[in-house]
Amino acid sequence: MTRVHVTVDGVQYSDDIEPRMLLVHYLREVVGKVGTVIGCDTSNCGACTVHLDGASVKSCNVLAVQADGHEVTTIEGIAVDGELHPMQQAFHEHHALQCGYCTPGMIMQALDLVRENPTPSEEEIRLGLEGNLCRCTGYQNIVKAVAACASTMETSTTARPERSAAR
Amino acid sequence: MIPAAFDYLAPTSVEEALAALAEGGEDTKVLGGGQSLLPILRMRLNAPERVVDLRRIDELRGIREEGDHLVIGAMTRYSDIVTSPVVRLHAALLAQAVEEVADPQIRHRGTIGGALVHADPAGDVGAPVLALEADLVIRGPGGEHTVPSNEFFVDLFETAVGEGELLTAVRIPKHTGWVSHYEKFVRVKHQWSIVAVAVALQVEAGTIAAARVGLTNMGSTPLRARAVETALQGRPASDVGDACERAAEGTNPPSDLNGDADYRRHLARVLTRRAVTTALGD
Ligand SMILES: Cc1cc2nc3c(=O)[nH]c(=O)nc-3n(C[C@H](O)[C@H](O)[C@H](O)COP(=O)(O)OP(=O)(O)OC[C@H]3O[C@@H](n4cnc5c(N)ncnc54)[C@H](O)[C@@H]3O)c2cc1C
Ligand code: FES
Ligand code: FES
Repeated sequence: MTRVHVTVDGVQYSDDIEPRMLLVHYLREVVGKVGTVIGCDTSNCGACTVHLDGASVKSCNVLAVQADGHEVTTIEGIAVDGELHPMQQAFHEHHALQCGYCTPGMIMQALDLVRENPTPSEEEIRLGLEGNLCRCTGYQNIVKAVAACASTMETSTTARPERSAAR
Repeated sequence: MIPAAFDYLAPTSVEEALAALAEGGEDTKVLGGGQSLLPILRMRLNAPERVVDLRRIDELRGIREEGDHLVIGAMTRYSDIVTSPVVRLHAALLAQAVEEVADPQIRHRGTIGGALVHADPAGDVGAPVLALEADLVIRGPGGEHTVPSNEFFVDLFETAVGEGELLTAVRIPKHTGWVSHYEKFVRVKHQWSIVAVAVALQVEAGTIAAARVGLTNMGSTPLRARAVETALQGRPASDVGDACERAAEGTNPPSDLNGDADYRRHLARVLTRRAVTTALGD
């Protein structure tokens, strides 16, 4: 067992875990953040995407011990006071989901892409989402939602809540 | 899937890491960014007893200029290479290739050192490192030594980094003012190269003064396309003739579900032509 100290969605956790535990299992089974899901065994689908110190990672391909001393933001940490994050709202308004399984990862990666490029073109949105697979929507509405959100979010500070805390 | 149990150490210096490797013996694995090692552990293709994580070793991270070289620490992440202005200026080919690796999430974690030591012939980092004639700095119990890139890749998944040793840095001679391009062929955007070609050219007064061409996935290691380099050297930049037709000479590409060896030879020629044309168009 190894002791880890991880901040998840703004709350500090300290747990004794096995070093082999994957971050996604730590988030789901120890911390209880079941909003982050597992969609594959090959680190291809991106459903498990979370932010580690503000940058997107596939949490199925990171050990929980690698997050020791760092800060994780999951899909459960981006709404503020019960108000959907603008990116969540945009996915809702543009029907950017059908079964919804890819959605937590899509939204976390979409936030990463607008953080790095606040005014993405359609092609840049598609490239930024290259590591996230959706079996249902054909991507059309996902790309629309991200584009719509990027244009409304550009000046808003809520676009990057995970950046507010110390790194 | 879940890795088999292992002991975990996260030392804070290269010295401590080398001691942990020596003490652990052959059932020890080094952990860089984990983007290749974790899939391997999850599928239980390997089950080390001890994992030595390099993430706390600050001296292994970062990009700095040293005279006419760029020195990139082994634990420097792909995303830091892509966004580095000095890499863009002095080794643009590396940034162009790294930008094509996997997807943004993997590029936030994967490191140049891990990619090189993993030495998958379909990986995108080997060919530009060969074409830029980089040197690889290796540290082990016996001290530090430097290996030129053309001696670094030994075979499939095998490099000059021996057991108990660490790759600590990549030293790249500055290629300031060279034009370059990395042309990658895949069916799915974030996948491994079926074939890719790395080209760097030095053009002086309209003539190709120097040419370096690296090939991805055209053999058990990344390769230099020497015949193309020789054919390009001295040619006018406006007319490279049939130099690129020689791209597959001396290669031994794999056959798999993505394409057989003949198809890969064809791709190498086409992609080399595209890479040279794009580089010269810059
Ligand atoms: C879905 C997916 C898609 C991918 N697509 C591509 C792609 O398109 N192109 C591509 O090039 N790669 C691709 N990769 C692989 C990726 O580039 C890996 O990040 C990289 O190969 C390994 O770097 P790492 O730092 O994560 O190393 P790790 O996974 O930590 O380690 C890899 C190997 O190197 C050893 N090692 C690591 N660092 C050192 C060191 N400093 N000294 C000695 N040994 C060391 C480890 O022991 C291990 O054997 C993909 C990976 C995934 C999961
Ligand atoms: S579950 Fe992590 S990428 Fe598919
Ligand atoms: S909405 Fe079903 S996988 Fe994307």
